Amino acid sequence: MAPFALVDDLGKAGAYLVYLLIGIGFGATLELAGFANARKLANQFYLKDMTVLKVMFTGIVTAMVLIFLAAAAGILAFNDVYVPPTYLWPGILGGLIMGVGFILGGFCPGTSLVAVASLKVDGILFFLGTLVGVFAFGETVGYFDTFYYSSYMGRFLLPEFLGISTGATVVLVVIMALGAFWMADKAEAVFGPGVGDARPIQLPAKLAGAGGLAVLALLVMGMGQPSPLEKYQILAEDKDVLLQDRQVQIHPGELIQLAANRQLKLVLLDVRSERDFNLFHLVDSRRVDLEDLARGALTKELLDEPPNAVVILVSNDEAGATEAWKMLTGEGIMNVYLLEGGINGWLDLFAVDGACPAGCLRRTDDAVPEGELAWRFEAALGAQHPIADPDLFLDKTLWFVPKVSLEVKARPAGGCG
Amino acid sequence: MNHSSESKSFMNPYLAGVLLGVVLFGAYFLTGTGLGASGGMARLVVAGQDLVAPRHVDRVGHLVEMAGGETNPLDHWVVFVTLGTLLGGFGSALLNKRLRVETQKGPRISVRTRWVMAVLGGILMGYGARMARGCTSGQALSGGAVLSVGSWAFMFAVFAGGYALAYSVRRLWT
Repeated sequence: MAPFALVDDLGKAGAYLVYLLIGIGFGATLELAGFANARKLANQFYLKDMTVLKVMFTGIVTAMVLIFLAAAAGILAFNDVYVPPTYLWPGILGGLIMGVGFILGGFCPGTSLVAVASLKVDGILFFLGTLVGVFAFGETVGYFDTFYYSSYMGRFLLPEFLGISTGATVVLVVIMALGAFWMADKAEAVFGPGVGDARPIQLPAKLAGAGGLAVLALLVMGMGQPSPLEKYQILAEDKDVLLQDRQVQIHPGELIQLAANRQLKLVLLDVRSERDFNLFHLVDSRRVDLEDLARGALTKELLDEPPNAVVILVSNDEAGATEAWKMLTGEGIMNVYLLEGGINGWLDLFAVDGACPAGCLRRTDDAVPEGELAWRFEAALGAQHPIADPDLFLDKTLWFVPKVSLEVKARPAGGCG
Repeated sequence: MNHSSESKSFMNPYLAGVLLGVVLFGAYFLTGTGLGASGGMARLVVAGQDLVAPRHVDRVGHLVEMAGGETNPLDHWVVFVTLGTLLGGFGSALLNKRLRVETQKGPRISVRTRWVMAVLGGILMGYGARMARGCTSGQALSGGAVLSVGSWAFMFAVFAGGYALAYSVRRLWT
């Protein structure tokens, strides 16, 4: 499923060749649109020539509709696609500075490359200036590091910001873009003509294009984005085997070691009911509802975790944790495991029947239905009891096969990094 | 006018936009990441610095990320996208007879003024692009298509900065 791990599939040389071809397509398109011409670009800001807005927004909405259509159809794993993390204020201040640079210099970095390639002297000088600016930034960012790393919001998407579905956001952006195009055409009619002639397209063709875009956007909304479990179904062929071979069920002894490993960030998620959680849970674990995971409620947070994070899922036995494992795996979260035997297994291993002051904890002799707690509590313990703390068992000798191996997805970082 | 009779006219902007969108989608679909330009430039600068002053590069946090120790800053995918952009721009300019040494400027300023402004604008652009962690290609275009909140805020900021100053510097372009 796309996107592909190019370096794994094609080797480094093959992967770089793909990037080179993408770059060629990009450069050729910019040149064809007339973006090697600074005057054409700058006239955007005098409403004479709205080419920049038209090309950019058409590019954005076209790519957006195709990306989310592919994601809706289950052929593109959107969570594996790189989204530039939001650092709000550095982004806005940097953007303002670039806007000023744009109106003074007439290019942006991408267009200046095309201007250099077509031998425009102003483009070459702008390009050299850009290198100086980049150099100056590298040498001065140390003085305002705090600002540079401020207002970090991670992988923050418009649908989350607006509180509406991805499909509705796509439709909204398309409507906004079509409105902007209509105004851009009006502005050119009033303030034009622009620089250099571009081939016109007739009104019927324009309307057909706009209509096609709107239909595709509505299709994205109608299809909806796949749920975590639906995404898992697509991967099931590769991933079910991990469950069957018990590659992802970790022994309590391994959990104890992971909890003590300061080089890892352990994320313990307990997917049991509030009642069972309050009766007993492991120290530092956090309760989440399976229904919330099924909606992808934790996806953003877990995707933003550092690469040394290991997620361990806990339920009474393994049923709920297995379900949760499928959802998180479907969402493309890395390094997800579940506790072998669940809380019942943990208590069987560490609790002494009838222990703690006077028989507050007792294993039931009845047959326990799947998913239920096999121990009875006189009063709710929460994480207060010593057996809830993995650290206290660090010295205990336990035999197990370690299964956790940190994996980093071969996921390329941003284009401007 | 800046185009002589034999150079071909530009592609219709909407058509060029669709083409751009398809290229961008292809990039995301195949590689999982979008387009970029300033990143390649940054790596070029750091490669130069690493050549002249490697110990300095190893001490500055921002540079270590790209070229600390043995790391070659040019061994990165964005460098190849940047190379491709140059090649594609060159090829298209050649085919459409727009490959010509010239300076494009507004009618009311001298070539020298245009050159000074190009350098000045470039410096600001380079500085701002690093601060915003991306340029118009990597942040606005690519991030915009995948609906990143920061990218949309950034995009509006770029347009706001340009429009805010446009009237005061209208002599440069009109």
